[in-house]
Amino acid sequence: MTSALDYLIELLAFTGLDHSILVVLAIHIPALAIFLVMVVNATIAVYVERKVAAFMQDRLGPMEVGLFGFKGGRRFWGGIGQTIADAIKLLTKEDIVPDNADKKLMLLAPFIIFIGAFLTFIAVPFSENLVVSDFNVGIFYIIAMSSVGVIGIILAGWSSNNKWSLYGAMRAAAQIVSYEIPIGLTLLLVVIVAGSLNLGDIVQWQADNRWFIIHSPFTFVAFFIYFISVVAETNRTPFDIPEAESELVAGWMTEYSGFKWAIFFLSEYANMLIVSIVASVVFLGGWLSPLAILNIGIPESWMILDGPILGFFWVMLKALFLVFVMMWFRWTFPRLRVDQLMYLCWKVFIPFCLANLFFVSIWELISGTIFR
Amino acid sequence: MYKILDKSIIGADEMVLNMGPQHPSTHGVLRLKIVTDGEVVSHIEPIIGYLHRCFEKHCENLSYEQIAPFADRCDYLAAMHMGHAYAISVEKLLGIEELPSRVEYIRVILAEFQRISSHLIAIGVFGLDVGAITPFTWTLRDRERIIDLFEQVTGARLLYNYIWPGGLAHDLPPTFVNKALEFLDYFEPQIEEYNNLLTTNKIFIERSADVGVMPKDVAINYGVTGPSLRGSGMPFDLRKDEPYSIYSKFDFDVPIGEGLMGTVGDSWDRYYVKVLEMKESIKILRQALPQIPDGDVQSALPKKIRPKKGEIYSRYETARGDVGFYIRSGGKNTPTRLKMRSPAYCNLSVLNEISAGWMISDVITVLGSLDIVLGEIDR
Repeated sequence: MTSALDYLIELLAFTGLDHSILVVLAIHIPALAIFLVMVVNATIAVYVERKVAAFMQDRLGPMEVGLFGFKGGRRFWGGIGQTIADAIKLLTKEDIVPDNADKKLMLLAPFIIFIGAFLTFIAVPFSENLVVSDFNVGIFYIIAMSSVGVIGIILAGWSSNNKWSLYGAMRAAAQIVSYEIPIGLTLLLVVIVAGSLNLGDIVQWQADNRWFIIHSPFTFVAFFIYFISVVAETNRTPFDIPEAESELVAGWMTEYSGFKWAIFFLSEYANMLIVSIVASVVFLGGWLSPLAILNIGIPESWMILDGPILGFFWVMLKALFLVFVMMWFRWTFPRLRVDQLMYLCWKVFIPFCLANLFFVSIWELISGTIFR
Repeated sequence: MYKILDKSIIGADEMVLNMGPQHPSTHGVLRLKIVTDGEVVSHIEPIIGYLHRCFEKHCENLSYEQIAPFADRCDYLAAMHMGHAYAISVEKLLGIEELPSRVEYIRVILAEFQRISSHLIAIGVFGLDVGAITPFTWTLRDRERIIDLFEQVTGARLLYNYIWPGGLAHDLPPTFVNKALEFLDYFEPQIEEYNNLLTTNKIFIERSADVGVMPKDVAINYGVTGPSLRGSGMPFDLRKDEPYSIYSKFDFDVPIGEGLMGTVGDSWDRYYVKVLEMKESIKILRQALPQIPDGDVQSALPKKIRPKKGEIYSRYETARGDVGFYIRSGGKNTPTRLKMRSPAYCNLSVLNEISAGWMISDVITVLGSLDIVLGEIDR
């Protein structure tokens, strides 16, 4: 598995520059690409989220703002330019900073959150070989980087000098730090089975054996624990207590407006995409085609869909389905209370994860010696 | 109930949190001064008056006919109830015993539609308070149909000024009965849908069952009425106990909280009583709609309202509870004094008693389950 960065360095090698300079030059291209991915993802995801919400709530959602001559008119999928208009509005809005706020920290906080999401993308594979840098500790790096954001959240809540923000920040800190543990433990289980921290190797293991979600009952449970935990990690309903609208107004982002608030939004949707891609790579076979599993009764010509070229398509299909499920959650469930959230994590998920980890080790040992 | 830490050990202070008047879930311009210890609330003080419009003082300078639209504006989510309650009290003051039965039927039908529409808001907003957004849009969608019916009848969508002392502003449109029955056929299965989406949702039950338990004696001591009282297991409904208008002609039950998901009198019970009451309202409507008699709705309208000296107190069961009008007449065309007993005001007073010791999220839950309307509290 080669990474995009290696490829770019090779590509730029004709300039004859020193390797260290080449790295610095090459690094800018994926950085720009990641930023574009984040922006495009947020733009589309906000639109889709609003349309999904509208569909579930028996209304129309954005209908008026058109784009490139496509206005939608009376059709349901109108208003396609709405998020772009919203983004422009946010960028040109006045940036309000409260008098008693800690102005420097308040400015710093959105960027820490943004950088947390941004840096995580480095190790996220969009397909085979389509990853910025192919770490041999990829999964560990992703877990580590996705917890950087919580520092920004605490800073944002504290520096706003607002009691609602403070409550939101304290809740977020408790929640995110707690839910890191079940996430880590479920991914550890996969690492135990596959024997590698490298995401490419994990997918290769799944290609050789079977997808992790159907590998054993324990990995099946692990997928659901992982998915519920990442919903909590990304502060989505039913675990959106840090920004609980009906209780804390907007939680830790109460005092933010304009561009800074847009950055929070960008990061939130980027985090949704990241955790979904990781879930699809680790548990759902990543860029492997689902058609390969059901190879009974499928014409041979269809198998063209199973290949490295369509890897990106399959990763994104699985990931976007999970993103859709998150949206589905949001518009269906009420919100948990703080103590119930902690109860779920510490008294349900973590014991289950530990038991899971224990049993999966035994399972692998037995199936490794008896069945093979 | 959470035990508040002994502050002498950790040396922590309590924080005063000011919730409202601009807050998404205080149901209007209510301000709550909440003393918190971390997430746990130790004391709540509701501060009201941000929507005070001097209703009672205004009434002393308005003729009885002119007060009717003002009464509507007290409880803007159940304006028909307030109009009806006021009309009944003035009729009592004037000594009008018998109204044309067409008037009574139309009044009851509209009042029951109003009860459904008000409860739809209440259960939708309660869902919003615990974080579920979709039930709110669904209930508002169905409330919209009731409002359309009202628009056909009265020409207004929120504040109707339709029920006048002694009669009605005008007769029903000819298509009303069919459209109303059509709506009931549409609406009855919808209640099951709300139950599937919200009432029996595990998270919703976790959030509302056993939270903010209001025992029967506490409810009675604080003068809580309406669905909140019935949620505590007390079958008190003025439509049954002191029947006014023609409610004694209809067959309906008074649903009470039974603690299906937790304790009797918890937030879930107060919520579920409203769902059941909508079904009872449908029952009344199904009986009343086919048998509206013919007649002139304005035959009993007094030419001029100038009651003799005296005073009355009349009670009425609105969607929120027992509203009372005390009117003292000095023999002029304006009341000497008009006092309104507001059910939501009394229901709000119990907030500190039942939600102190719970968390901030639970205060919102309890407040939502009490179903207050600030227009009525502040008057």
